[in-house]
Amino acid sequence: MAEKSSIFDMIGPVMIGPSSSHTAGVVRIARAAIRVLGSQPTHATITFYNSFARTYEGHGSDRAIVAGLLDYPTDDKRIRESFDHAKEAGLNFTFQGVGNASTMHPNTIRLELRDERAGTQVEVIGQSRGGGVIRIVEVDGFPCDFSAALHTLIIDADDVKGSIAFIADVIAHDDCNIATMNVSRQGKNQVARQFIEIDSPLTELSLQYLRHLRWVHQVRYIPAID
Amino acid sequence: MSLLFTDFASWQQHCAQTGEPLWQPVLNYEMEQKGRSEEAIWDGLQRAYDVMRDAVHTGLSENMTSRSGMINNGAKKVAASPVTVLSPEFKQLITRALGAKEVNSCMGRVVAAPTAGASGILPGVLVTLQDLHKLEDRSILEGLLVAAGIALIIEQNASLAGAVGGCQAETGSAAAMGAGAIVYCLGGSVDQALAAVAITIQCMLGLVCDPVAGLVEVPCVVRNASAAAIAFSSAQIAIAGVDPVIPVDQCVAALGEVGESMETRYKETALGGLANTPRARQIEQKVLIQDIQILPDEAQM
Ligand code: SF4
Repeated sequence: MAEKSSIFDMIGPVMIGPSSSHTAGVVRIARAAIRVLGSQPTHATITFYNSFARTYEGHGSDRAIVAGLLDYPTDDKRIRESFDHAKEAGLNFTFQGVGNASTMHPNTIRLELRDERAGTQVEVIGQSRGGGVIRIVEVDGFPCDFSAALHTLIIDADDVKGSIAFIADVIAHDDCNIATMNVSRQGKNQVARQFIEIDSPLTELSLQYLRHLRWVHQVRYIPAID
Repeated sequence: MSLLFTDFASWQQHCAQTGEPLWQPVLNYEMEQKGRSEEAIWDGLQRAYDVMRDAVHTGLSENMTSRSGMINNGAKKVAASPVTVLSPEFKQLITRALGAKEVNSCMGRVVAAPTAGASGILPGVLVTLQDLHKLEDRSILEGLLVAAGIALIIEQNASLAGAVGGCQAETGSAAAMGAGAIVYCLGGSVDQALAAVAITIQCMLGLVCDPVAGLVEVPCVVRNASAAAIAFSSAQIAIAGVDPVIPVDQCVAALGEVGESMETRYKETALGGLANTPRARQIEQKVLIQDIQILPDEAQM
């Protein structure tokens, strides 16, 4: 049986208009993406696809994506004026639209983010699925599928025997339940990238431990985005 | 176990058997199904109502111009109009529903109740109801619980989304929620509150979802005003004890049936109805971004 709705889905959510797929969902895609980057970007190239490509101005999705890059929550009144705030925050952004990417979900956004100060960059593709629900479907060319509604770990590691079981074990010892796990080797690098969604937060100690393993190159932790 | 809000008949029966007011089983449902404390629920409802009130205020005080230009301070124009066509209270109801919905169209903060497109209806209805009858916030929050119970049942047996069931599902459901809340707040019986829901659905049935240029502006904003008015007319009829003849659950079934048979061009796709008029097509040309990249046809690769 499908999960029961909350009364706060009927009287709620509290949100910034005009629609949850064009504002709330878009904000959340950007908030997930800056967590993958690990800092607030200084440069962003934003590509809206398909139905989004023609409507992103009319629906205010351009303001919403910039607001998300500034890490504003989905019900923040500043979303409407996010362009002004971006200027103050030193965030440079450009938009482009692609009208007919037939293999992509109708409401897809690609974010190419760069933090000049930290010398980091990342490319994230996300979909706004309606009702504010999102899926992140690609990170730096690695296919994935997470919603950012749970806590997400992105681990780059050598493809050594037993590595997946080992990581799962560390997570289990934190009394965390793994909701989904997705290993991707089709990226630009030779290492395997694991996307793991967990139901409850992981402790800092476990994160540190994972980061110290010799065969682990990078651990990114994205706490659930409300 | 709490009531699951699968239909109106069992809600009615539950209240008859236990003597509980309509809102009590809704509160119990949320506590049991979602594990929320009673305090957290009342707080959440208060926050929702505060945001609704704030949206009404914002819509009537700040500049409400949408990016497309289709929305341009309509609520304030109505408020300032020298002509009162019915009564000052009616005019206030209309301005409040318009104002709150304009806030949604202009990227302001609203409560999706049940959806963003219908976000002006409950604010218009409840703020006016409270103002007219000098009700306590607590009474309005109970009314919100009743409204939530109504929406839970419609969601399960029909739909709340324009894209699934047409505008009847979206603004129609919000009007039904408002009508039930009005009757409850004014001391009507359980039967009368549910009759108000039935009558509202009877009034809103068949309405298609046809937003111009796909934006939630025209006709959405004016429909929020009319839906608020229908909530009051239905409540007025129901609280007098007039029989809606078709039982409320059967009205909901009809809502579902009409929604299912509605063609997709009438379901938020901006392909039919008002969205397909010559003027709408002109506006679309202006509003939609034309400067986009088109990839080479993948079918030919
Ligand atoms: S016309 Fe469609 S988008 Fe507009 S309020 Fe009705 S259901 Fe919502």
